[in-house]
Amino acid sequence: MDLAVLLPAVAFYVFAGAAIAFAFGVVSARNPVRSVLFLIMTFFSAAGLFVLMGAEFLAMILIMVYVGAVAVLFLFVVMMLDIDYVELRQGFADYLPLGGLLSAVLTIELIVLGASWHISDKAQELRQAPIDAGQDNLRAISEVLYTDYAFFIEAAGLVLLVAMIGAVVLTNFHKKGVKRQNISAQVARRAEDGVELVDVKPGQGL
Amino acid sequence: MEIGLAHYLAVAAIIFSIGVFGIFVNRKNVIIILMSVELILLSVNINFVAFSTHLQDLGGQVFALFVLTVAAAEAAVGLAILVVYFRNRGNIAVSDINLMKG
Repeated sequence: MDLAVLLPAVAFYVFAGAAIAFAFGVVSARNPVRSVLFLIMTFFSAAGLFVLMGAEFLAMILIMVYVGAVAVLFLFVVMMLDIDYVELRQGFADYLPLGGLLSAVLTIELIVLGASWHISDKAQELRQAPIDAGQDNLRAISEVLYTDYAFFIEAAGLVLLVAMIGAVVLTNFHKKGVKRQNISAQVARRAEDGVELVDVKPGQGL
Repeated sequence: MEIGLAHYLAVAAIIFSIGVFGIFVNRKNVIIILMSVELILLSVNINFVAFSTHLQDLGGQVFALFVLTVAAAEAAVGLAILVVYFRNRGNIAVSDINLMKG
C-alpha cells in the first residue's frame, strides 16, 4: 500500500484509539487525580486528530485552553477539596449495567447515523467561509474571525468576562475576625482624627 | 483504507457515549460529572471540525472555537460553585444537593 495513504491512516487509528482509551479512563479511574490526567491525555489525542484533519490552530488552542487552563483548574479543585472519594464511588457497580447498555445503544445509533450521512448537493454553494487551499489554517481563520464573526468573538469575550467575574464573586469570601488593610480609610485619615490633645490638670489623672 | 468523515464521526460518537456513560456511573461525584461534560463537548468539537474539513468550510472551526469558550467558562463557574458548596456543606455528594426540593 502507498505510504502517503497508509501513514495518515495509522496516525488516525493511533490517536483515535488513544482518545477513546483515555476517555474511558476518565470515567472509570478510581482516583479523581488520575481522571484529570486521563482527561489531559484525551485532549492531547483529540488535538492530534485535529492536526490530522487540518485544523492546526484549533489543535493548539485545545492544548492551551484545555490542558493549560481547564485541566489544571480541575486538578487544583480535586486536590484542594478534602473529600473521601471512595465513598463517592459507591453505586458505581449498580449503575454499570444500565449505563453500559444505554451508552452502547447510543454509540451504535450515532455511528449508524454518521455512516449513513448524506451531504446535500447544495452544500458546496451554502458554505459560509470556503477554505482556500493555498492558505494556511491560522491565516484563514483569523481572516474570517475578525471580519465575518467579529460580533460573535466579542460575545465570546463577554461570556468569558462574565464567567470570570462570576467565579471570583462566588469563591471570594471574607473570614470574620481577620484584620484587613482599608486603603481608602487610611488615605482619608486626618491629623484631627488621629491626634487628640488632652489638657491634664495638675494633681489629677486622666 | 482512506480515512474519511465517517471515521471521525465514529470516534466522536464513541467519546460522546463514554461521556454519557460517565455521567451515569459516577452519579455521586460532581467532579467526574463535570469532566464527562467536558468529554461530551470535546466530541461535539470533533464533529464540528470533521464536517468543516469535509465540506472545506471554516465556519465549523470557528464555531468549535466558540464551543471551546463556553466549555472553559462552564468549567470555571462549575468548579467555583463546587468550591462554595464544599465550603458550606463539607462534601460534594450529588444526592445531598436537594435543599430546593426540585
